[in-house]
Amino acid sequence: MNILLFGITRDIVGRHQLDGEEFKDLSTVGDLRNHLQQKYPDLQKLSSLNIAVNEEMREDSFIISGRDEIALIPPVSGG
Amino acid sequence: METILEISEHIDPSTVYSELSHPESGGICVFVGAVRGVTKKEKVTSLFFEAYKSMALKEMQKIADEAKEKWNLNKLVMKHAVGKKNIEEPVVIVGASSAHRDDCFKACRFLIDTLKENVPIWKKEFFENDEVWVSSHP
Repeated sequence: MNILLFGITRDIVGRHQLDGEEFKDLSTVGDLRNHLQQKYPDLQKLSSLNIAVNEEMREDSFIISGRDEIALIPPVSGG
Repeated sequence: METILEISEHIDPSTVYSELSHPESGGICVFVGAVRGVTKKEKVTSLFFEAYKSMALKEMQKIADEAKEKWNLNKLVMKHAVGKKNIEEPVVIVGASSAHRDDCFKACRFLIDTLKENVPIWKKEFFENDEVWVSSHP
């Protein structure tokens, strides 16, 4: 599992990507968000923090697996 | 419906007329978003755009499909720039063509409004002494 970081989440974590090995015991999108927000408290200050699994936004109850491409989606601001 | 979706370093507004022109279209409506040199009375020096490109293109396709369901369109364009952009440079181009103007006007508004809400693209504003990811904090 790779976790891609964009925009302000990359600035907060200080990397473009996290190796999912550390997160392999987490089973849902909600668990992953909680874990990351504990580890990087600045993520809690964002207006929103969504998580995409294989390029689709997913709810907290969505089950993640080791083969997924996961991305943190902070508030979008295109246009 | 012919649809052109693009995320790239440079987008060119001068080609959009030919991209949307169609023998059954009597109306072509285009919105071009550009870099504004001031925000909340502060001088902006440049913008930086970053995209989750593969997902952004999928989301743009969903918006295009929804627009096609809602209105009778013959052609549709959605383009967004990434990288550093200076004042007055174009950063987003959306447009549609249709038999009559009502459909393409409404679609064009929907395309830009929904792109800004849903597509995973991020904008950083650079000021003379600061830089800020737009909308990131309440």
